[in-house]
Amino acid sequence: MDSRLLHELKTLLGSDGVLHQPEDLLLYEYDGSVEVARPDCVVFPRNTEDAVAIVKLANKYDTALVGRGAGTGLSGGALARQGGIVTVFSRMNRILEVDVENQRATVQPGVVNLDLSVAVVHTGLHFAPDPSSQKACTIGGNVSENSGGPHTLAYGVTTNHVLGLRVVLPTGEVVRLGSEAVDAAGYDLLGVFVGSEGTLALVTEITVKLTCNPEAVKTLLAVYDKVDDATETVAEITRRGITPAACEMFDSWTIRAVEEYVHAGYPIGAAALLLIDVDGLREEVEADAAEVADICRLHHAVEVRVARDAAERDLLWKGRKNAFGAVGRISPTYYAMDGVIPRTKLPETLRRLEKIGKKYGFEIGNIFHAGDGNLHPLIPFNGRDRDEFRRAIAAGTEIIRTCIDMGGSITGEHGVGMEKDHLMPYLFSADDLALMHRLHDAFNPAGLLNPGKVLPSGKACGEIYTRPPQNGQAGAPAVPATNAPTA
Amino acid sequence: MSIASITASSRLAGIVGPAHVVSESPELSAYEIGGHKPSAVVRPGSAEEVAEIVKFAFSEKLALVPCGARTKLSMGLPPRQYDLALDLTRLDRIIAYDPGDLTLAVEPGMHLHALEKVLGEHKQWLPLAVPYFAQTTAGGAIASGVDTPLRQMYGTGRDYVLGLEFVTGEGVAAKSGGRVVKNVSGYDMHKLMIGALGTLGVITKINLRTFPVPVDTRVFVANFDSAARAMELRHRLARSPLRPMSLEILSPSAAAMLASDTASRLVTETHPADVLQLEQWALVAEFSGSEQVLARCERDFRQMAGESSAAQVTTVTGETVSPLSSRVREFIPIALSSSPATTILKMSVLPTRMTQMLAIAEQAAELNSLDAAAMARGLGVIYFALLPADRGEESRRRAIQATDHILNECAKLDGNATIPWSPAEWKSALKAWGLPRADFDQMRKLKAVFDPGAVLAPGRFVGGL
Repeated sequence: MDSRLLHELKTLLGSDGVLHQPEDLLLYEYDGSVEVARPDCVVFPRNTEDAVAIVKLANKYDTALVGRGAGTGLSGGALARQGGIVTVFSRMNRILEVDVENQRATVQPGVVNLDLSVAVVHTGLHFAPDPSSQKACTIGGNVSENSGGPHTLAYGVTTNHVLGLRVVLPTGEVVRLGSEAVDAAGYDLLGVFVGSEGTLALVTEITVKLTCNPEAVKTLLAVYDKVDDATETVAEITRRGITPAACEMFDSWTIRAVEEYVHAGYPIGAAALLLIDVDGLREEVEADAAEVADICRLHHAVEVRVARDAAERDLLWKGRKNAFGAVGRISPTYYAMDGVIPRTKLPETLRRLEKIGKKYGFEIGNIFHAGDGNLHPLIPFNGRDRDEFRRAIAAGTEIIRTCIDMGGSITGEHGVGMEKDHLMPYLFSADDLALMHRLHDAFNPAGLLNPGKVLPSGKACGEIYTRPPQNGQAGAPAVPATNAPTA
Repeated sequence: MSIASITASSRLAGIVGPAHVVSESPELSAYEIGGHKPSAVVRPGSAEEVAEIVKFAFSEKLALVPCGARTKLSMGLPPRQYDLALDLTRLDRIIAYDPGDLTLAVEPGMHLHALEKVLGEHKQWLPLAVPYFAQTTAGGAIASGVDTPLRQMYGTGRDYVLGLEFVTGEGVAAKSGGRVVKNVSGYDMHKLMIGALGTLGVITKINLRTFPVPVDTRVFVANFDSAARAMELRHRLARSPLRPMSLEILSPSAAAMLASDTASRLVTETHPADVLQLEQWALVAEFSGSEQVLARCERDFRQMAGESSAAQVTTVTGETVSPLSSRVREFIPIALSSSPATTILKMSVLPTRMTQMLAIAEQAAELNSLDAAAMARGLGVIYFALLPADRGEESRRRAIQATDHILNECAKLDGNATIPWSPAEWKSALKAWGLPRADFDQMRKLKAVFDPGAVLAPGRFVGGL
């Protein structure tokens, strides 16, 4: 990279604010996905002014700029696909304001998701979006990807909890979108920028809603001999109009993987299990838990366990939150998919996934947010086997095509990034994509910010897809599993 | 009619059929916006026809205003140019409804009450309790972006619209989002269409989340001698485990207005007379759930109301719930019928600043000798209706003075304020879209992306977009 740019960045941020030695850049080649891309340098802004100066330098030297939080993303959103500068927000990790009475907080983008809830625990409030990586992932990353999590079933995803943003546009202008109060007048710019995967602006400040902790929570574990019985249970819960706070499903492969690692008390050998939270007022939790348990039994659950106390509840959830890590123990490389289907299509879709697995020679694991139809098929493969990697990607594509056939979507919470941009045309027409391109260009005309993401860029995609992850190089981590990924 | 418009009409007739183009004067009056009448009304029967019409308008540099039941066309500013009314009421079909998935795809011209019937068969509903409910179409509810009492529990359009199909100002059919409840594929362009008053796209299909109808509901009304005490109960409720479906605070004059004969002409359901006629502030909150849950809510509500020094608490149950909720829902139409020159401000501020904002607004009205009625939603939105005696010059001057003051003070409290409804001839002097916004340049960029030819309701939106 241009040594003058490097010099200017060091002058701006100090030498501890810039990384450029190959060994230092290694970590930033990866995120939680199967993608790899090496940046030219990594910088650590301390405040919005630094971010503005970095954007201006990127403009001056015509260099790509990519924002990054904790690098837990699962679609390559925080990777420098075309090289350039990766801007890591780990030094901007302060909670700027907590307004308990108005149930709001303003944070810098580098604040870790769970840290915000921990910081306000004494107030009876929490930040509702809870990606499985919430111990590591940052709120800035959540905003960029519009992250979900198990409890978004009842509480909504990140976009439903963001009130305002301070952003740096690719021109270096600083703009405030939304406001502390609800309903800022005019077009919903906030709604477009949240989830724009870092392609429209760098986010330097975020105002979020905080949510009251529920008075009561009950966690149920339902065990099944047949996958169909579990999926039918989910369909019936939805049909009856019960909205659990969370409704997660595991298949036999993931039950085993998780139990052997976490010892959460999951029944090894079961075909499927559902992990269901109901919360709210004591009175409604009692009634809802009883009805959910009835539905589980009606659909032939062989066991329905209700956690007796917070400790047991935490243990059951520990299994879910550490599931991706558990899978990583069995297969250091795996492809964590993310697709969405209408909930009425769950049983049929899972049967088709099993067939796809057989066709490509994989035992596909399933662990997912069943309550909102957000599937996470996991394809374990040998990262050193080029052919197996290709087959994993092909199976993944077929899975996503299946989701689209069912009336669903190519991603529910992981984002498009560089993983799925080539799949966008399956979901969107050329006109849809052209319009999205125009929207992109209205803010980021030169492609300065996060180039090569979200929108299909043409022929380069296939190339990326056949390049296996570069395992075993100079102490590189076994691709995705060691980063706690978002799910 | 000019030669040009005759040619235009025949071209439009070629697209939708002659029966669906109107250029006769009497019917056109029904499409008037702020004194502007279109040259023709065209009623497409499909999304493809919508695209053809917009393409034609784009090439001929015509401006059109998309509309449904036309109950919210007076919101915002009158269009700068208005050649065609694009009446979408023939697009009134349910495209897909999957009750098991709680999702729905519907065309924009379908009436909410018709939709309510279909969903009701599956014990489901939409949280679109919008003003003018009985007339409003699904497209109108979304494009106007008007909020509803049910936002307390269900949020607003941006929370339950899953995706939209729309036609851009160049006549290109496009979509974003999808049919599923969780989706992060591509840019959320549909969020931009919500509340854009048709200035970025013509909505042709709406994908919505549906919700189960609550098993039972109950309304509690607490009366107070001051706004501050009513607000104190609001704050207690916000920090309690109770989750009301709706929560509104009415000023004494607003409560009286909702109980008036004018209101009874608009909302014909009989109403529980007493609760709104106490010449006091009223906090009206609706709760849903089982008998046990409602009993618990009542117990807690009464206790918190007592701690907030409520003068009286009334429980409204059974058949009287709906008439009361309807009146709260129809606050805006009732206010508009309560004065010949009703001017309604919408303000949003942090919830803890609502008392102060209400006091400022009430004082501004009083200083200018204007009657007023206020309704505050629990989440921090205040509708403040000024009710001048007439449309005379003096009333206009007072309304300008009062609203200018309120807009400025609201900005000082870091709030947002606009004046969505007022007499058309007052619009330009009244700052309908509030004070200039720092993010206006970004909004202009959006308009250039979606409607570069200024075909779609030009001038209705913020800053004349």
